[in-house]
Amino acid sequence: MTTVPQIEFANVSKRYGSASIILEGIDLRIQKGDFVTLIGPSGCGKSTVLKLIAGLTSPTQGEIKVDGMTPKNARETLSYIFQDPTLMPWRPVEQNVGLGLELEGVSKLRRQEQTAALLKLVGLEHVAKFYPRELSGGMKMRVSIARALVTCPKLLLMDEPFAALDEMSRNRLNEELLRLKAEQGWTGVFVTHSVEEAVFLSSRVIVLAPHPGRILEAFPIDLPFPRTAALRETPEFGALVAKVSRILRSTVPQ
Amino acid sequence: MNQWLKIVGSSVAVFAALLMIWQLALWIFHVPPYMLPSPLAVTSVALSRFSSLFASLMITAEESVCGLIASIIVGVLIALLFAQFRRVRQTLYPYTILLQTVPIVAVAPLILLWIGAGTMAVAFIAFVISVAPIIANTTQGLISVDENLVHLFLMHNASPSQILFKLRLPNAVPSLFVGIRIASGIAVIGAITGELYAGSSRVGVGGLGYSILYASSQLQTDYLFALVGAATVLGFTFFFLVMTLEWYFLHKWHESARAPETT
Repeated sequence: MTTVPQIEFANVSKRYGSASIILEGIDLRIQKGDFVTLIGPSGCGKSTVLKLIAGLTSPTQGEIKVDGMTPKNARETLSYIFQDPTLMPWRPVEQNVGLGLELEGVSKLRRQEQTAALLKLVGLEHVAKFYPRELSGGMKMRVSIARALVTCPKLLLMDEPFAALDEMSRNRLNEELLRLKAEQGWTGVFVTHSVEEAVFLSSRVIVLAPHPGRILEAFPIDLPFPRTAALRETPEFGALVAKVSRILRSTVPQ
Repeated sequence: MNQWLKIVGSSVAVFAALLMIWQLALWIFHVPPYMLPSPLAVTSVALSRFSSLFASLMITAEESVCGLIASIIVGVLIALLFAQFRRVRQTLYPYTILLQTVPIVAVAPLILLWIGAGTMAVAFIAFVISVAPIIANTTQGLISVDENLVHLFLMHNASPSQILFKLRLPNAVPSLFVGIRIASGIAVIGAITGELYAGSSRVGVGGLGYSILYASSQLQTDYLFALVGAATVLGFTFFFLVMTLEWYFLHKWHESARAPETT
């Protein structure tokens, strides 16, 4: 029996108005449990791919299936993490995390339980009553992750979530993200500019080229899970980073 | 705390210096009291006629508060409408700017003619002059929401009313307070302007505007000064109350409401 892929793009193109083509002829299958990273120079339409999957914008051409459904119908099964923490400053941490459940009409008691469990999972139970402005950048991002995971998504879309953080926080959050994935088993689609981050997190890295945005090459990353910080120091890791970097360089005309 | 005392202290010092210059000017230039009464004369008339001064103050306060509360209610409702319906906003927004540029001095007699002199009419004038900043600021706060937060709400299939009440409205509270702060000052001006035309609906007493007119016609310049002082106190009290409310609602989360910087 073949299973339905989590995400399927069939010859998808996207343009805004009659202006330039953002994406052209994208064919993509992401299996359940995969962690796929999209990497590429600015203007290659990485973020647009995520928006298409989330149903925040529609393709000009081609078809997108998420879990066998149209993106809009599949919305309940996915969560989105933005580049900025995008927290609501007037709500304390726990109420920011509980937002998704609240909008879906989950009872207050269950909401509190699930929120508390998630805050514990990301190690933020001690700041549950704090307001976002009292937190550091890394902590805000963890709140944002907790908010995305509280609805138990099958699919997690991440649009450069750690781009604004320093390298130490970023590495730590990468490790944490993999731990959360192992525990919760969602499928991940991640967008980044960092090759190291891409290789460390992914089971597959897809390099996109710009003008028009298209898939240039896809690399399976055969490093074993679970991955720890020590992986970054192995020669295999270094070799993969070098390989992806080389392809990435070729996308930018000299 | 020490910092705060210093700020208050220097403000009081400025006030004392002004009083001294005032008194010195009287001695040096021999200004007759009907032109410029001494600070002492103003204080003593304020005390001796305190009950009528206070009565005038309360009448004006009542009219301004009614006008301001009406502005807040109507202003927020209009802003909600503007935020929900872009077409309505684009069509009607220019008229709110028009409202702001209408010379209230010219319109006040008309309003009095239509409604009839009295507390209602004066409160209405205060409302007309103070509603525009509330509409403008609240609308701005309602529509300038982080686009990604809207996306987030949409991804959880939030209804338009959930987006309005859980996202746009709380987002607009700081700007609403900016609007109220501006409106509270001009509501007092509106009420006093209204009273200048409305006269008194009660025998013997009227609001500050009415009393100012009366005192000046009688050349009671010292009482006139006391009335102007009372008007200032009223405006200041409003401002202080609004600031306190703003602090109460926003200090936990909003940057602007944090403790003042210590430079």
